[in-house]
Amino acid sequence: MTFFKADKLAIHFGGVKAVDGVDFEIEEGEIFTIIGPNGAGKTTIFNLISRIYEPTEGKLIFNDEDITNTAPHLIAGRGIARTFQNIELFEQATVLQNLLIGRHAHRSGTLLANIFFLPSTRRAELAHREEVEKVIEFLDLARYRDQRIANLPYGVRKVVELGRALCTEPKLLLLDEPSSGLNVEETSDMAFWIKDIRDLLGISVLMVEHDMSLVNRVSDRVLALNYGRVLTLGSPSEVQSNEEVIRAYLGG
Amino acid sequence: MRFVFKTRYEQDLRLWRHNGDLIGYGIFLAALLALPIFAGVYYVGEANLWLIYSIAAMGLMIAVGFTGMASLGHSAFLGIGAYTHAYLLQNGVPFLVSLPLGGLLAGAIGVAVGLPTLRMHGIYLAIATLAVALITQEVMSKWSSVTGGFDGLPVAAPDFLSIQPEAMYQGEWFSVGGLHVGWVELWSPVSLYYICIAVLVLAALIARNLLRSPTGRAFVAIRDSEISAQSMGIHLAYYKTTAFGISAFVTGLAGGLFAHQISHLAPDAFNIFISIELLLICVVGGIGTIQGAVLGAAFLIMLRSFIPIMRDEVTAGAGGVEFLAGLVRFVNSPGLEAAIFGALLVLFIIFEPMGLYGRWLKVKTYFDLFPLYKKSTFARQKSYVKTERLR
Ligand SMILES: Nc1ncnc2c1ncn2[C@@H]1O[C@H](COP(=O)(O)OP(=O)(O)OP(=O)(O)O)[C@@H](O)[C@H]1O
Ligand SMILES: [Mg+2]
Repeated sequence: MTFFKADKLAIHFGGVKAVDGVDFEIEEGEIFTIIGPNGAGKTTIFNLISRIYEPTEGKLIFNDEDITNTAPHLIAGRGIARTFQNIELFEQATVLQNLLIGRHAHRSGTLLANIFFLPSTRRAELAHREEVEKVIEFLDLARYRDQRIANLPYGVRKVVELGRALCTEPKLLLLDEPSSGLNVEETSDMAFWIKDIRDLLGISVLMVEHDMSLVNRVSDRVLALNYGRVLTLGSPSEVQSNEEVIRAYLGG
Repeated sequence: MRFVFKTRYEQDLRLWRHNGDLIGYGIFLAALLALPIFAGVYYVGEANLWLIYSIAAMGLMIAVGFTGMASLGHSAFLGIGAYTHAYLLQNGVPFLVSLPLGGLLAGAIGVAVGLPTLRMHGIYLAIATLAVALITQEVMSKWSSVTGGFDGLPVAAPDFLSIQPEAMYQGEWFSVGGLHVGWVELWSPVSLYYICIAVLVLAALIARNLLRSPTGRAFVAIRDSEISAQSMGIHLAYYKTTAFGISAFVTGLAGGLFAHQISHLAPDAFNIFISIELLLICVVGGIGTIQGAVLGAAFLIMLRSFIPIMRDEVTAGAGGVEFLAGLVRFVNSPGLEAAIFGALLVLFIIFEPMGLYGRWLKVKTYFDLFPLYKKSTFARQKSYVKTERLR
């Protein structure tokens, strides 16, 4: 069975070949990292998987199903959640509300049941709240629960965004630069969480990351990308000693 | 300093935040209910206008404040509600049926408008909805067989309930102060007043229920970030259309009440200026809050009665003075209201983006924290810039 597979994935913006025939496969339970210099096409791959961009070519397979033509809002329900490089939280809402929106894919009940807040809606809300509280506990967010995102520091926002993705109960979690903008201590927390997410929650992780020490600590396999093409794929140490990768980073 | 202790998750699902809030709302409602006992018919009429604008703005708030969709088309939904209700009443449909039907038709047209236009954002959406307002007004004046065209449509008084402030009654069940509740076939502003309160409470409940359930959260998510809303599984087109439909429905309900308030419908009563007034209410009251609609409407109604008073004062005081002739001409210029409203809209957006309700919350916090309040309590942290927003 195929857990996740990108097959000759490509997208061209006019003349720019942002992603140009990328193949890779992720095993269930793996922490898989994509590295590459700025503009290599890493975020674009995430946007393709989220179905925000339409691929020019290629296929996406998840859990043996072709998701290349799935509508973007159905991706979360299939079990793929993501975070964003520049944090896309719901700024005017509280942490709790943000996390509850993460439960959207699991909602039930009709519009009318919501409008009249029928007992069924109340029960469902309480059940969602239980799930959200588990994530709050896991990420130690309790003291920020009722704060609006707009009032939170950057580091906490990063964690909230991770929490929101976890609330969708994904099978595959996409993290776009989870450590960018974090200080050393926050980065090390993040590393523990990423490991725990895989080890305790059994969620596979696809991550884009620049911080090599974090990559080394958590990744099982690393894929190096440049100009939308795969340079190499292998264990963290293999990839870092690869000639082409070194040249790409030094700009040679 | 107030700490709200919560011991059960249900506490976050309540309609109010803590008991202090509940008492506050209770007193407010009691004062509303008692108003006609003390106030004369003129003030009850003004209060009606306030309540109707509150309801209509609450409708608009669902689109603008919750979902982030600008609309200049809500004068049309107010009008559709008003005309439908008046037409059905005239044809013998009972009040309690025709009022919701007016809302439903407005909602249905809201959905129909929503489907093709909701891919647009900001100013483009505003222009598209503006077109809807203008077209609707055109239909009102041309479709004479139903709307009465330019002659207008008289609004029949419903006769299922009568509440009188003065002793113009045939018989009464009871009276409180100067208020007589009885069975006279006379419809008065006070009857309308109590119906407005009931509808306002209903509209507030709808809005609040939405906000504490997945549907309203999806609206808010779309407002704050469409791209991540989508990644969380929110179907943008569906929720935007739903929001616009519910928004139009609530404003349509207000339209039915508005029909009784003005008692004779003409296309002119539903011009684009009404849309701007409703938008002003939302912004001044506090965008995205339910309470803001009520506060903003109070502000607007007071402003509207203040402008003519000021105009008379200035004209009387400076009328004879040569060098003040320009000022007199200025305060008597026909577009003055629109200019003032427009300027207020801009000023509030720049200087008080959370509106009057936001200001009220800040004042409350100030007293809660009293000696410890510091200026930066409400300063927004801008610790990063968004560079790569897709939308
Ligand atoms: N919507 C778009 N339209 C046009 N070009 C785009 C678009 N999105 C991405 N690109 C281009 O595709 C290339 C890859 O961008 P991408 O954001 O994927 O880089 P990245 O690897 O995530 O870089 P970084 O490390 O800076 O985040 C860039 O040259 C970018 O300009
Ligand atoms: Mg990127």
